[in-house]
Amino acid sequence: MSEAALEIKPEEVLIAVVERLIAGARHVAVGAASPIPAAAAFLAQRISPDGTTVSLQQSPEHNLFTDGGRELFDSAGQGRIDVFFFSGVQIDGSANINLHVVGDYAHPKARFAGAYGSAYLYFTVPRIVLFRTEHSRRSLVEKVDFVSAPGTSPPHVFRRGGPVGLVTSLCHFAFDRARARFRLESVHPGHSLEEVRDHTGFDFDVPEHVPMTPPPSPERLRLLREEIAPALAAIYPKFAERVFGIPLSQTG
Amino acid sequence: MSKLRELDAAVAEIRDASMLAVPADYAGVAMAATRALIRGGAKSLHLVTLPASSLQADLLIGTGAVATVETSAVGFGELGQAPRFAAAVRLGTIAIKDATCPAIHAALRATEMGSPFAPLRGIIGSDLLKARPDWKVVDNPFGENDPIVLLPAIQPDVALFHAPLADRRGNVWVGRRRDLFTLAHAAQKSVVTVEKLYDGNLLDDEVMAAATIPSFYVTAIALAPRGAWPLKFGDLYPEDTRHILEYLALAATEDGFRRYLDQYVFERRAA
Repeated sequence: MSEAALEIKPEEVLIAVVERLIAGARHVAVGAASPIPAAAAFLAQRISPDGTTVSLQQSPEHNLFTDGGRELFDSAGQGRIDVFFFSGVQIDGSANINLHVVGDYAHPKARFAGAYGSAYLYFTVPRIVLFRTEHSRRSLVEKVDFVSAPGTSPPHVFRRGGPVGLVTSLCHFAFDRARARFRLESVHPGHSLEEVRDHTGFDFDVPEHVPMTPPPSPERLRLLREEIAPALAAIYPKFAERVFGIPLSQTG
Repeated sequence: MSKLRELDAAVAEIRDASMLAVPADYAGVAMAATRALIRGGAKSLHLVTLPASSLQADLLIGTGAVATVETSAVGFGELGQAPRFAAAVRLGTIAIKDATCPAIHAALRATEMGSPFAPLRGIIGSDLLKARPDWKVVDNPFGENDPIVLLPAIQPDVALFHAPLADRRGNVWVGRRRDLFTLAHAAQKSVVTVEKLYDGNLLDDEVMAAATIPSFYVTAIALAPRGAWPLKFGDLYPEDTRHILEYLALAATEDGFRRYLDQYVFERRAA
């Protein structure tokens, strides 16, 4: 393994996995608090020969919308958005996500931000990539405490798509919508199937041979570090500081 | 009659127990006005965020100004959770009407149109439907076996936001921040802070007029340069991330939050 490859950060591996999941999309939209998906979307945009539109919900500089925050949802409602990302305080084995509470909704042990657009975009966007860096029995649970957005729906409920996979710090799971179950797709470099099993709270399918997640190519790494990192710093300053060493701004 | 006011006088249009609608961080949050509102002792507000909020909601909730918050999320994105909001929900000191982003857009749009409700796709199967008994699922009357959610219109008493420019007639230029149109159209009154005053009539120039809220929606305007600080304001200034991190560190405890207020909200008292 070359010296450069040894220096690949875990975040860069995750960005490369997510980039493969969204390849070929016409329009990728990214919500709040999603630096790795945003980096992957920028990478897909640089690499795609046909051009991918990338819209960052909270960044007017990085989207083409001119009709306010609602335009993303209106576009998604029409089927104009191909890919979106969600995370969850908890994600369960049926791809239900919880962005609200741990414990009972009326008397929670902990309260988190809220649904954002999940309860709508999970239905209207065909390809949803779930993303949670923390891979633990606390975050990946058998059953979520609160369903902010359901992983699957009965056939008569309008739904254009839903989750296609879940990327964590340890592995990539693919989601089988018909069975409402995850299947282990690959394990990231430096991690093992046993580790994935030990830290996952839900049951999942495992193939006979579990491949290792391929690291990003040298060209992708170069694009990420040289071209994409500075753009990320304006939107995800803390992430860009930690992963790419770009200092935080101070304007006060 | 001029709509230009001093900041405190403009903010006085927001009465206790009002339904107050505010924009998300990307659209222009009136933070200077929010600090003035807190200094004025606002209370019992029904805060509606279009669709999410961070520091503004967390500050108002932390000071006890909010009785009910209607929101799709209160959080600081990658910087962390909203500490006073999370504590208030956990302790049950505020009522929460949890929503999802397009639901708040749609319910305000219903009011813009003068309609009593709006239909919206999605949501079915989410526990939000249990948390929101005022949202109803009906069968699409134009379809067959096609359930869809209906949302009651949200009718704010007052909207509060920050914009780049206003002219002396009370027209407010918002550029591409179209969410501010939604707020101004839906609310009975609008209180606006601006970076600068514009000489002339914004409606005389077609390019400017297309992005201008006409004065008849606007109740009061106050000049507040850097009025969105420490939040970002379009391409005029970025978020002051170090300040936000300082806030989050202090507001992790009630005592720390009080120290933050003394230093950054009530600072004028000492000056």
